Amino acid sequence: MQGSIRKTVTRLGLIALGMFCFGWALIPLYDLLCDITGLNGKTGGQYTYDAAMVQPDKSRLLKVNFLTNTNGGMVWEFRSEKGGVRVHPGELKTVNFIVRNPTDKVMVGQAIPSVSPGRAAEHFHKTECFCFEQQVLQPGEELMMPMRFLVGPELPKNVETISLSYALFDITDTVDQGVLAAATAASQKASSLEQTKETKPLVVEG
Amino acid sequence: MSEVVVGHDHHDDDDHHHGPAKGIARWLFTTNHKDIGTLYLWFSFAMFLIGGCMALVIRTELFEPGLQFVDPEFFNQMTTNHGLIMVFGAIMPAFVGLANWLIPMQLGAPDMALPRMNNLSFWILPFAFGLMLSTLFMEGGGPNFGWTFYAPLSTTYAPDSVTFFIFAVHMMGASSIMGSINIIATILNMRAPGMTFMKMPLFCWTWLITAYLLIAVMPVLAGAVTMMLFDIHFGTSFFSAAGGGDPVMFQHIFWFFGHPEVYIMILPAFGIVSAIIPTFARKPLFGYDSMVYATASIAFLSFIVWAHHMFTVGMPLAGQLFFMYSTMFIAVPTGVKVFNWVATMWQGSMTFETPMLFAIAFVVLFTMGGFSGLMLAITPADYQYHDTYFVVAHFHYVLVPGALFSIIAAVYFWLPKWCGNMYDESLGKLHFWLSFVGVNVTFFPQHFSGLAGMPRRIPDYALQFADFNMISSMGAFLFGFSQLLFMYIVIKAIRSGKPATGQVWEGAHGLEWTIPSPAPYHTFTTPPVVSDSNAHN
Repeated sequence: MQGSIRKTVTRLGLIALGMFCFGWALIPLYDLLCDITGLNGKTGGQYTYDAAMVQPDKSRLLKVNFLTNTNGGMVWEFRSEKGGVRVHPGELKTVNFIVRNPTDKVMVGQAIPSVSPGRAAEHFHKTECFCFEQQVLQPGEELMMPMRFLVGPELPKNVETISLSYALFDITDTVDQGVLAAATAASQKASSLEQTKETKPLVVEG
Repeated sequence: MSEVVVGHDHHDDDDHHHGPAKGIARWLFTTNHKDIGTLYLWFSFAMFLIGGCMALVIRTELFEPGLQFVDPEFFNQMTTNHGLIMVFGAIMPAFVGLANWLIPMQLGAPDMALPRMNNLSFWILPFAFGLMLSTLFMEGGGPNFGWTFYAPLSTTYAPDSVTFFIFAVHMMGASSIMGSINIIATILNMRAPGMTFMKMPLFCWTWLITAYLLIAVMPVLAGAVTMMLFDIHFGTSFFSAAGGGDPVMFQHIFWFFGHPEVYIMILPAFGIVSAIIPTFARKPLFGYDSMVYATASIAFLSFIVWAHHMFTVGMPLAGQLFFMYSTMFIAVPTGVKVFNWVATMWQGSMTFETPMLFAIAFVVLFTMGGFSGLMLAITPADYQYHDTYFVVAHFHYVLVPGALFSIIAAVYFWLPKWCGNMYDESLGKLHFWLSFVGVNVTFFPQHFSGLAGMPRRIPDYALQFADFNMISSMGAFLFGFSQLLFMYIVIKAIRSGKPATGQVWEGAHGLEWTIPSPAPYHTFTTPPVVSDSNAHN
């Protein structure tokens, strides 16, 4: 192989390798872009609420709708206590979501939020949400899960209605099996003690 | 050659280099660009027939509403594999085969820059496609998620055989990348003295740019299928929302590959047509420089328009506007090309041999496909057209009478140079007219059924679409069986036929027409002199 050809081939090989890496780099880049712009309806992580910082804007009244759905083969019952609420921007509000595991197995679920319209996503702040963690539900267990949020007053003026949708996924098979085994053991212990309660409304500390 | 060498061991080695080896070993171990080009072309023709049979299964099922012949699960496998095989098995290898045959001869080079890698990049392909086709016979069936293999259809809901599909895609990608490196290395380093870049035939130019596109996007596809593999087997969540991933991201990554990919399948066609039209119009190509710049512009734009395939995923207005306008902007360099081809024919003394007929049909029908593409680029209109037969009609117009017609035109045009015999001109013309009528009868009605709302990839449909589908299916059978005539014509020309002259066509210019027909096994072992008369014009 002549020197000039070897040089060309090396350069082209490096380009190919670089583009392979670029393909993988698209993942963090995509997440970064969605975080910055709020595209895709992705909401941020836990929001620290400081009452002194946020002044409710009493002049505006927004409608916030809640949608719940279960993904694919997820059999849990999942609903929100209210279909929607009216809030002022900057006002802290709590809404309860109820989930029930109707099967006779311990299962793990994960809720994924999405906000529509997309440009409202970056102004939708949650101080507390069940979507920040996984839910482990015993057989037949019902759980009430509070979600506390506020809509930033800097929300664009032309947004009057926001829809928050939760998709609930069954992640029993992908979750750390140690967690699942511990939960199952707890469930068996509980049933051997002949616990009377079928459903145990559990309110997560809030 | 070899029977006289007994006792002359000394000369044995020399003799070996003068002609091809005998038997199967010639094809297995060959490093000759002409042999490898031939292998690529026959392989792609075999894939074309297999993919064509799948298309006919689809059209048979869609001949009438209701489910008649295949169950929906198998129908999905047919649409998926038809797409994958035609894109990766038929169109792309055919262009690589033409590149192997023509680029060294057009540049005055003795062979490709990396002959052994050339052998490897071809011989990967039969294994890749053998692996992919074998999945059709596995339990649970083959790929059934569409050629775009969107997650989670191709991850969570995929048949078990998807892993074989992933490895097959890896192998095709490796083959394409090696082929592209070879082509770029040849064009950059092996040109005959005096063959400057702006004297190169446009086929070399378009392939040079195509090869860069391939090197840029094939690794991204390899990354995407690797992520799928991880999601399926190693518990990652690149494309699964439950684990914090995003299925929409799959579409972004796929189309970042996919849009340049569709230009990979058309740029070499531009090069072929730019060689054929001047030959039969007996005029130099109009606007050579602008052709080069237009090709480069199209290649650049192909990287910034991908999201027009996914307007309906929910994108901010600014994004929709950006992708709409950038997509429409591609019509400018493409329009320059169409204008140049028409201007080349203007006042030329044209004759209409088979390659020219296919080339003219290319210009007309590809432009129609381009116009339906412009309609699809209009974001609000795309909400109606998305995933309907209008899209099917659009991309088949650019791929069948576009890319495929250019390949057929190239075969008729250069076949006399390859095998030394002329093909049967009347049969060639018959093949053209059957194909031309067949392709339009097949795909033109699909515009109407699509605008009326018939969705893609569905084995059954509402009664209102029955007439359009029946016409479409009849056209498909006409088109499909006409290609057997093509095979007959090619084989007949290889076996017998009027001997071709070196120049073959009266108006042909370029280095490949200065050597005898059939082209000797080794050409340009001493570099030719490049004069104005044997350069591109």
